[in-house]
Amino acid sequence: MLGKLSWAAIPLDQPIPLFTAALVGVVIVGVLAWVTLKGWLPYLWREWITSVDHKRIGIMYILLAMVMLLRGFADAIMMRSQQALAFRSEGYLPPEHYDQIFSAHGTLMIFFVAMPFVIGLMNFVMPLQLGIRDVAFPTLNSVSFWLTATGALLVNISLVVGEFARTGWLPYPPLSEIAYSPGVGVDYYLWSLQISGVGTLLTGVNFVTTVLKIRAPGMNLMRMPMFCWTTLASNLLIVAAFPILTATLAMLLLDRYLGFHFFTNEAGGNVMMFMNLIWAWGHPEVYILILPAFGIFSEVISTFSRKPLFGYRSMVMATMAICALSFTVWLHHFFTMGAGADVNAIFGIASMIIAVPTGVKVFNWLFTMYGGRVVYSQSILWSIAFMITFVIGGMTGVLLAVPPVDFVLHNSLFLVAHFHNVIIGGVLFGAFAGYTYWFPKAFGFRLHEGLGKASFWCWLVGFYVAFMPLYIVGLKGMTRRMQHYDVPDWRPWLLIAAGGTAIILAGIILQIAQLAISIRWRKELRDETGDPWNGRSLEWATPSPPPAFNFAVLPSVEGDEAYWDMKQRARQQAMLGEEPPYADIEMPRNSPTGFICAFFATFMGFALIWHIWWIVVLAAVCAFATFVVFAWRDEVEYVIPADVVARIDRANRTARGETLALSGTPS
Amino acid sequence: MPARSDGLPARERLFPGRRSPSARVARCAVLLAPIVLTACQPAVLDPQGTVGIAEKTILIDSLAIMLAIVVPTIVTTFIFAWWFRASNTRATYLPNWEYSGRIELIVWSIPLLVIMLLGGVAWIGSHELDPAKPLTSNTPPLEVQVVALDWKWLFIYPGQRIASVNHLVVPAGTPIHFSLTSASVMNAFFVPRLGSMIYTMNGMTTQLNLRADAPGTFHGLSSHYSGDGFSDMHFEVQAVSAQRFAAWIDATRDVGPSLDAKSYAALARQSVNTTPFTFRAADPDLFQQIVTQQLPPGPGPQTGRPNPSVSPQTED
Repeated sequence: MLGKLSWAAIPLDQPIPLFTAALVGVVIVGVLAWVTLKGWLPYLWREWITSVDHKRIGIMYILLAMVMLLRGFADAIMMRSQQALAFRSEGYLPPEHYDQIFSAHGTLMIFFVAMPFVIGLMNFVMPLQLGIRDVAFPTLNSVSFWLTATGALLVNISLVVGEFARTGWLPYPPLSEIAYSPGVGVDYYLWSLQISGVGTLLTGVNFVTTVLKIRAPGMNLMRMPMFCWTTLASNLLIVAAFPILTATLAMLLLDRYLGFHFFTNEAGGNVMMFMNLIWAWGHPEVYILILPAFGIFSEVISTFSRKPLFGYRSMVMATMAICALSFTVWLHHFFTMGAGADVNAIFGIASMIIAVPTGVKVFNWLFTMYGGRVVYSQSILWSIAFMITFVIGGMTGVLLAVPPVDFVLHNSLFLVAHFHNVIIGGVLFGAFAGYTYWFPKAFGFRLHEGLGKASFWCWLVGFYVAFMPLYIVGLKGMTRRMQHYDVPDWRPWLLIAAGGTAIILAGIILQIAQLAISIRWRKELRDETGDPWNGRSLEWATPSPPPAFNFAVLPSVEGDEAYWDMKQRARQQAMLGEEPPYADIEMPRNSPTGFICAFFATFMGFALIWHIWWIVVLAAVCAFATFVVFAWRDEVEYVIPADVVARIDRANRTARGETLALSGTPS
Repeated sequence: MPARSDGLPARERLFPGRRSPSARVARCAVLLAPIVLTACQPAVLDPQGTVGIAEKTILIDSLAIMLAIVVPTIVTTFIFAWWFRASNTRATYLPNWEYSGRIELIVWSIPLLVIMLLGGVAWIGSHELDPAKPLTSNTPPLEVQVVALDWKWLFIYPGQRIASVNHLVVPAGTPIHFSLTSASVMNAFFVPRLGSMIYTMNGMTTQLNLRADAPGTFHGLSSHYSGDGFSDMHFEVQAVSAQRFAAWIDATRDVGPSLDAKSYAALARQSVNTTPFTFRAADPDLFQQIVTQQLPPGPGPQTGRPNPSVSPQTED
């Protein structure tokens, strides 16, 4: 009746997951009770859960990423403390638990922190920057989000019911095959990624279509803000790479569930094929993450240097070059497989070539600051810290791309330090820069600067203290994923690294405090203007938060920096443009499709993991039926009357007129 | 990197007078990572074998080439960010400056030139240090067959017809040719102070050539995660003189069990913390039988909580 599932699947004898689960359970029940008692459920359902507004979906993505960041970081604390303790001892985490932790840490941080964070930012910002009302397929967008949330939920269920994968964040066969990992852990991994992967792929299709087909009048490709270009590149990569992931994981699923032999030891299976396929997705994946971050830095550095982005065309070229080249380097993840000198050398050099457009980007940001008036907001602090940190991470990356160097550093903590250097210093710093930069646009009030800067310094110092020692210990021959070790030479560095984690923890606590205090002081931090940073692209032309329809009348773009040009013109003429003629606006109706689909997908995934076949069939039928019902809908849109539009837009125009008159000279 | 116990004052250490260019390159790298200096003998930077020494040279050279561009970039970032701060009224403000063909040319060509140089290093290095390439030497290489098991290492000496578990003894100065495979899941064979690592995979053979230049004891380990017992998959490498090696072979032939299909099947079962021991006799065809899967791959976990199909456990 319930497949492999029984009470014995709950690890009652393991205090750590049990206690964590109890705590999380209490928090969830508490929040639900609070929301219900306050009578907010209908509001949440109407305005958020069923919303197809790209801004709301973007915010939910980012919220998901931040919650998962806490879980992933808790794993990081456990790993660092285990390695600090486990010198000639077992530490406090037995291998079967420790192995789950590092696997879950990687999986969560990549798929459920970094991905939702950048997708959330793209969701929120890109349509505003393009001067349009929503993405191409708004309901699909909601489906994408909820399927991602399903994946995250399944990973977290594995904490209490059964186990998570003990194979690392990429489940290399044959270890991940049924013979060597007969447990449910790998199945949790596979099904959560298959389900959320569908969501990501749909996002890719949605955003590529949006950027290529829907832009404000006059917004040709070469006038798009840099962030839209990197969004395009990143989503092109999603569309091209995620099917590879889905296919690869599907083959592993066939091996595990139906006795196929794609990657098994016997019967003609080939483990090397898995490594090639997974990295054919995996390497583009890191560019899927970093390219939007590059876009964010471009926006932030330009805005806070009070200058246009230097070398825009160069930046576009560099972005698209990275986009194309990212598919030609996957083999550098396994130089030590013994492929031969020619193959290794060619992929090593291809990997280095990516450093060229990346280097160009760094120089262009540098020259964006040159001749500028750099205002030290928290967003630009993240950006400058990124420039320095990322250059170091890029350098160690190119070092690892030299095959003979990789022969002694592959899989070492040097490698771990390198990719944390680029992912924290690049993707995460970018996400935080974007979060602080666009927060006032999303909510109408700024984030507290002082706490933000305090958090920034903790993160920055914590990062260096936590990861520079890992470079050293990697040079000392320490390999990754060790549950315990006997080499005395490694220990001091692992102790320092654990200290760095504590400093990062302080940074995270300060970020939470910043959010809480900013909400409490929202009156003082209120942004009435809609343009708190003196921005240059179209999102700053809308009120904060923007109305559902974003723009009362689609803006007409006449220059490279759409909103900056409008402001300049208004200043020269000492007045805003003529009031446009307002018309009714049709907006897509809310739809519970995404939520209901994901609801059934969660049951389906869980049942697949535990071999409860009747639930699988039932849930699959229900999820499909949800789509059918959606496809047969009659009313697609609702109308916002012209007078409502006019009222909202006049308020915005008044606020804007006041700011422009106040500031007077361009500053 | 030599051991930093020379007792010189810090300044002398950083500016040690005239040295060979490669030493100066090393100093240059060291300047930027002073912590590395104070540490004793980082394994990869203190190689004791031909291959490792060459790889260390490439590592230091590549690092130096890149530091030549990375350090100025970082310094410039600080200078620009500081000088062009909004409160600095002496800095020129160019609110519309967004393009300069000359600068574009430079920013594209600098990384391009660096990568061309480094690409050359990578190309030559890959070919010189291909793990499968035999080392040039007057002494004929010693053949060692390596089998990665869950979770221990089996070293077969086919010429000597003996085998050893978790303990590798090699003659110093003689090139060693390793043929490697795995009994079950992937692992990687790695002795940091001798140089290159290589994957071991079931049903396949990989090749690796290493040499220990002088007698010594080195730490070896698996550097590819392979499951619950992975952390205990380390071994000791003893490089000894040719005479002592011969003596060790003779002594080994006298004691211990013999290695055949049956004792191999027992060894292939999952276990951790295997104390090193030797086989007095080893079937010279055994390695080939493992590679061709005439001997089946090692079994996976047999127990679990509540059973292996939910959460497998490893017995000690």
